[in-house]
Amino acid sequence: MKVRSSVFASLCLIVEICGIALFLRGFFPAPVKSSFTLKSKLSDQPAEPGPGDAGNSSKVPPALFNRVVVLLIDALREDFVYGAKGRHFMPYTRSLIERGSSLSFVAKARPPTVTMPRIKALTTGSIPGFIDVVMNLNSAAMLEDNLIWQARAAGKRLVFFGDDTWLRLFPKHFELFDGTTSFFVSDYTEVDNNVTRHLDAVLEWHDWDVLILHYLGLDHIGHLSGPHSSLVGPKLIEMDNVLKKIHTSLISKETEGTLPNLLVLCGDHGMSETGSHGGSSEPEVNTPLVLLSPAFGRKAGLEKAEPVEQVDLAPTLALGLGLPIPQNNVGRLLQPVFQSTPLRQQLRYLQLNAVQLSRLLKDSSPHFHKEEGHELFRVAEKSHANWVKLYLEGNASEVLLNVGKKVLKQYLDALKAMNAALSRQLGKYDMYSMVLGMVLILQVLLLLLLAMPEALSSGAEVELPLGPALLSLPFFLLCLLAAAMHVLVCTSAGELCFPCNLHWGATIILFTAASAGLCLLLSLAARRLAPMGRPAAKSAGNSGCFSELDVLLLSGTVGHTLSLAASSFIEEEHQTWYFLLNTLCLAVFQDVCRKYFREKRPPADDGALLAPRDKPAHSSSSNRKWLALTTPLMTLTFCRLLRSLNQTGVQWAHLPDLGHWLTSSEHKGALSLLAAGSLVLVFILVHRRCSLVSKIALVLGLLGVYSYRAAVGNVLFPWQQDGRDLSKGVLEARFVYVFVLGILFTGAKDLLRSQVAVADGGLKSRGLWEVYAGLVLLAALVSRPHNLPVLSGCLLIQVAMTRFIWRDLQYDAAQVTIMHVWFGQAFFYFQGNSNNIGTVDISAGFIGLETYVEAPACLLTAFSTYTGPLLWAIHLAWYLTSQQDSRAAPSLGHGCFCLALLRSTPAAAYIIMVTALRYHLFIWSVFSPKLLYESAHTLVITVVCLFFTAMDRKPTIQL
Amino acid sequence: MWDQEIKGMASAHVILASTILLATVMPTIFLQNFSVYQTHLAWLYSVAGLVAAVNIALFWLLGVGPAAKRNSFGHKVSRLIRCCLYFCLSCLFFHAVVLLYGAPLLQSVLETFSLAVLLSTFTTLRCLCLLGPNIQAWIRVFSRDGAMSVWDTSLQITTACSIIGAWLGAFPIPLDWDRPWQVWPIPCTLGTTLGFLSGLVIAPAWIHWHRQHLTYKSK
Repeated sequence: MKVRSSVFASLCLIVEICGIALFLRGFFPAPVKSSFTLKSKLSDQPAEPGPGDAGNSSKVPPALFNRVVVLLIDALREDFVYGAKGRHFMPYTRSLIERGSSLSFVAKARPPTVTMPRIKALTTGSIPGFIDVVMNLNSAAMLEDNLIWQARAAGKRLVFFGDDTWLRLFPKHFELFDGTTSFFVSDYTEVDNNVTRHLDAVLEWHDWDVLILHYLGLDHIGHLSGPHSSLVGPKLIEMDNVLKKIHTSLISKETEGTLPNLLVLCGDHGMSETGSHGGSSEPEVNTPLVLLSPAFGRKAGLEKAEPVEQVDLAPTLALGLGLPIPQNNVGRLLQPVFQSTPLRQQLRYLQLNAVQLSRLLKDSSPHFHKEEGHELFRVAEKSHANWVKLYLEGNASEVLLNVGKKVLKQYLDALKAMNAALSRQLGKYDMYSMVLGMVLILQVLLLLLLAMPEALSSGAEVELPLGPALLSLPFFLLCLLAAAMHVLVCTSAGELCFPCNLHWGATIILFTAASAGLCLLLSLAARRLAPMGRPAAKSAGNSGCFSELDVLLLSGTVGHTLSLAASSFIEEEHQTWYFLLNTLCLAVFQDVCRKYFREKRPPADDGALLAPRDKPAHSSSSNRKWLALTTPLMTLTFCRLLRSLNQTGVQWAHLPDLGHWLTSSEHKGALSLLAAGSLVLVFILVHRRCSLVSKIALVLGLLGVYSYRAAVGNVLFPWQQDGRDLSKGVLEARFVYVFVLGILFTGAKDLLRSQVAVADGGLKSRGLWEVYAGLVLLAALVSRPHNLPVLSGCLLIQVAMTRFIWRDLQYDAAQVTIMHVWFGQAFFYFQGNSNNIGTVDISAGFIGLETYVEAPACLLTAFSTYTGPLLWAIHLAWYLTSQQDSRAAPSLGHGCFCLALLRSTPAAAYIIMVTALRYHLFIWSVFSPKLLYESAHTLVITVVCLFFTAMDRKPTIQL
Repeated sequence: MWDQEIKGMASAHVILASTILLATVMPTIFLQNFSVYQTHLAWLYSVAGLVAAVNIALFWLLGVGPAAKRNSFGHKVSRLIRCCLYFCLSCLFFHAVVLLYGAPLLQSVLETFSLAVLLSTFTTLRCLCLLGPNIQAWIRVFSRDGAMSVWDTSLQITTACSIIGAWLGAFPIPLDWDRPWQVWPIPCTLGTTLGFLSGLVIAPAWIHWHRQHLTYKSK
């Protein structure tokens, strides 16, 4: 079966998109969230089961503790307290754990073991997944139901000292606070002194209920010199003294008539043997959790600390303070804390926790009634009701106690099962989906690479042995093998994997596609390898005559792909592109010089000037030469100016740039002039190839863009009256949309005509140019006013390069495509984008809309983000089509194939790297957002490739 | 004769390489607190100055420079002035290119310009010594198959290596390691120097390796 290379490329990209979607599904598990958007309230709490007339049973049981101190020590590893280090350096704490009235546990933290998600886990009781972290990058404040909010709502007074992450998460929640920044890792004394200096005053002062202390020093020492450094001991002694101070002044002093106080010592995460954290190794995950209160019975000696989950602290503290449990909590209360209360109250606590968990389970899983935990909960609730009935009847015998203990056990089992069901869905990578997705993506990449010589040949067709491959024995064997493996994985892993929950039809299609791809790959590889002898020598000869430009294009593509393995290069990816683009322009400049200077080298090198002497008739050609020589230099200058327009990235993002200068209100006049100038330039550059109707539409549209910006208040109208109030500019924007659609429609009409009717080549390229003009108009509307120079610069470079460089130097389709892709990438960053979700301009989605409507808002935001790559890709389509008439080579197919190859190479490589680095410290702050950007970019390029494929068709009817 | 020429060039290169080492070590005797990172510009100019002096001396002694047609004093002076002019122009050119690559426009101008001076010393100065202020000859040497002697090939290789070294030197700048040598323009100057050094090593080796295939057509 022969397929055109554009069709082949589009098919490959579609399969790749499926693979990426599957990978993303495995990489970002769907978060477990309660469907209630409100926070839980005291009045919503479930009533105690049993007969309806049971007195005050619908209330939350009273608080157990009066005041609570949470002493959170960053990176406190479990063995720093329970191990040998603890015995040496934390003697007071150890004596309390061994003989005092205390409860000690080993709390397991979930990866990512990084401070911010861990604070979220401690306060909400939920386990934030990566997608939560990515999605909440914009809103720093915590919106979810949490302990701090509940305490504040219940009128408790909170005091906080320590890491300022808390202050960002919970602004305006604390009565008294002092944040220390964790920015200077090399400082490990001052950060802690800044916390401790408040301690005496606060302990004297009695007007607070909850005190939270977050010490950072230990974490900094870990980052500096690891867990075995000599600095750790003194730091632990310091922490032990802090604990001693709090304990002696607060906990051990029992005041009559009030409830006992509670001191919680915990760590947010541990540290690995090298001192870092973020991953899921045992020392990073295990943290100590010690609760000290006179309410607990004294211990006889050192017991083995019981392992619990870190999230279990949230429901325990909530119930201990008489607050409702946060809605998304997946933890279960620490039963030993409540041991001293009457049995009825204990059961009530357990019931509250169980009801909350079952609600969450109901929301998160459609098959919740099949879950074991839900069933256990039903049974426990029923027997609880019976017990309450017995109790209220005044039956106070041994039987009641035994039944009560049984109910307690039932509740604990139910909690355990529900917790297990919930945490199965969270915080874990679904490796099976990830591997399946990766297999698909890699297959596509290898197919594209293997088909490259054929697809880029003059025929631009790929011979796919689809029939033989599908009828061959290996195909069926592979299908069987895949099915067997699927059954094996799904039966062993249970409900955890996404592919196991897929509809069986989809599964069959997935596995057939994967095996067919593998068979195709094998047969293609066999065909490549078979005539090894002759072409090998030939290709060796070919590679010898690579020009410098080819070497640059290849090494740039490969180098950029490799650079994605380093987090700094992802953060500063724009620098990579600017750098490559600059080098590209210099290489082009060298090519131009070579073309114009070397051929006409005067025979005698007497140092004379190089202007063509004996050609007065060809003054236009000499003009052309100088223009061609200045084009790369002009491009370089423009790129330099545009890159100072928006500083992006991380390291240098804070530096002032032209964009900030322009958008400040004092420079509105300059911004207006610049925007107007850019719009005029856009018109001059685009209108030449447009039909008359489109020209008029373009003028009106660009005027509309300016008046929209004036209406929104970004720019000044020369005749604007001062008192005019700002509107949303809906009318103006819609006015522009009409013209955008009009121009696109005329373009589409031409394209359709060229598809059906005669092969009038001009028609197609004219149509493409109109589509391009329409998109330019749309881009002018959605891009921020200070970014309009980016648009006009883009057009200027395109026009100049087309006229003087690409045609004259006879670059082939592949080279031109790679250059377009590089330019597109650089312009993506010129617009001010970065690999951080925060730079997406969401306001573009509201242009011309009264309210938020999801579909157009998403489309507009995507378009405004990917304006650069899209405009360059459409320009590429137009350029290749207009070239196609003069030369017979099917350049459009070549271009489409190169686009697909250039997109799938970094995408596939990046996905493999992300999988390898999935426990990296920066996985959710750097790598995950980049993964989303890569996926979105691949989607955009797939759409472009489909468009290319549609354009690549030969007219069907010959008149 | 071949071997002799290669040997001469190799020894010249060895002298140049040891000059760079000397320029790194020697100022510690005269200057207090001298180090490559902290007093970077001092190091840079000591290297540039010494390399320039040694280059000029070497080519003058070896006599591989351009054959002067007219040997009058006035002609010599005008050539010298043109050489200086070309050197300054090349410094400005490199400065412009580095600016285009994204160096800050006003901040640390001196550092940027020093990088340009270093690059010019390693590339333009050698061209001037070897070919004279003759653009035609430069174009010939730097176009494909334009080398006409062993020295031309060595010039090609060292120039390309210096520029590629500077280019590659920019890569560690965005990394977030916070090391003292990541400050602009230290990675680029170090890259240039290392590139030049490797060029000095590569050139004789390459010529020696390819001496069978190399055929230099005479003028």
